Amino acid sequence: MSTTFWIIVAAAIATYLTRVGGHLVISRFERVHPRVEAGLNAVPAAVLTTLVAPAVLSAGPAEWAALIVAGAVSLRGGLLSMFLAGAAVLILARQFVA
Amino acid sequence: MSSEAIAERSRASEFWDGARLSTPVVVASAPFAVLFGALAVDNGFSVFEATLMSAAVFGGASQMVGIELFGQHVAPWLIVLSIFAVNFRHVLYSAGIGRRIAHWPVVQQVLGYFILTDPQYAISERRAENGQTVSFIWYLGLGLPVYVFWVVETALGAYFGKLISNTHSLGIDFLLPIYFFGLVMGFRKRPLWLPVVAVSAVASIIAYKTVGSPWHVSIGAVAGVLLAVILPPHHSGVGAKPGAEAEEQL
Repeated sequence: MSTTFWIIVAAAIATYLTRVGGHLVISRFERVHPRVEAGLNAVPAAVLTTLVAPAVLSAGPAEWAALIVAGAVSLRGGLLSMFLAGAAVLILARQFVA
Repeated sequence: MSSEAIAERSRASEFWDGARLSTPVVVASAPFAVLFGALAVDNGFSVFEATLMSAAVFGGASQMVGIELFGQHVAPWLIVLSIFAVNFRHVLYSAGIGRRIAHWPVVQQVLGYFILTDPQYAISERRAENGQTVSFIWYLGLGLPVYVFWVVETALGAYFGKLISNTHSLGIDFLLPIYFFGLVMGFRKRPLWLPVVAVSAVASIIAYKTVGSPWHVSIGAVAGVLLAVILPPHHSGVGAKPGAEAEEQL
């Protein structure tokens, strides 16, 4: 088997360990401390923010317009409507802002 | 109607409840699956290897980082370590979702953790917060379409990669940030949401500029989570009944 194949296998194992590891470690504790629970509650917003913030900073007017509209829609609508609104604004704005 | 038939129907409807919620995820990830396939072949992967990677790793951002480094002839162990770093955030998801799916049989849990992606976690967590049970069949309905489309579209991208000529005007490079932003907004009713998001944003930007990608993900996330841990518990609303938050969201 090629090097590429073994890279993929190793990457798959490493990735699975990250997906099962948190549970295997945390579930050893009988009771979850309030501060740990507060930390866990903060996890999704904290991680997902890091996938957005640097991209926003290095983006331009077309991307910012898309995010502003998507953010406004998300206050009322669901995930799909906010996503489609943002994508539509992005594609439209990029026809004018090169 | 027999009780077995009724149970069968309710299982089917739970599956489709999950599948319906997977639609925006499938739509948002489709361009990236195709793009990954095309870029992977461009960086020296065969069509089989590109498809195998999507099927075995099933983590978009980490796969992109992997083929980028592969194309630059980076040492194999460093490629694997970088993929591990990008995916390290799953440790936090795993710890969170473990509380929700502990009642499943072990084999189902083993499979469940395999398809634990960003949206899979976010949508499952939201369901649990609304007081609904995260059943295996619902979870599978949510994750299976995403997985199948991800793998098939990777293969298509690898075959027909050259057909996408102008990805910029289609906004393909910025669809994922918009989608992740939507998920962040979905958590806005949680206690400490704004301070956590603000700290994570600033920390990830600083890390991105200094340490560099992919570490900004882990560093930014840890900063936000630490803030929630450090602040006194009465600020973080941990003592409150879970139902109270669910009612707010309705």
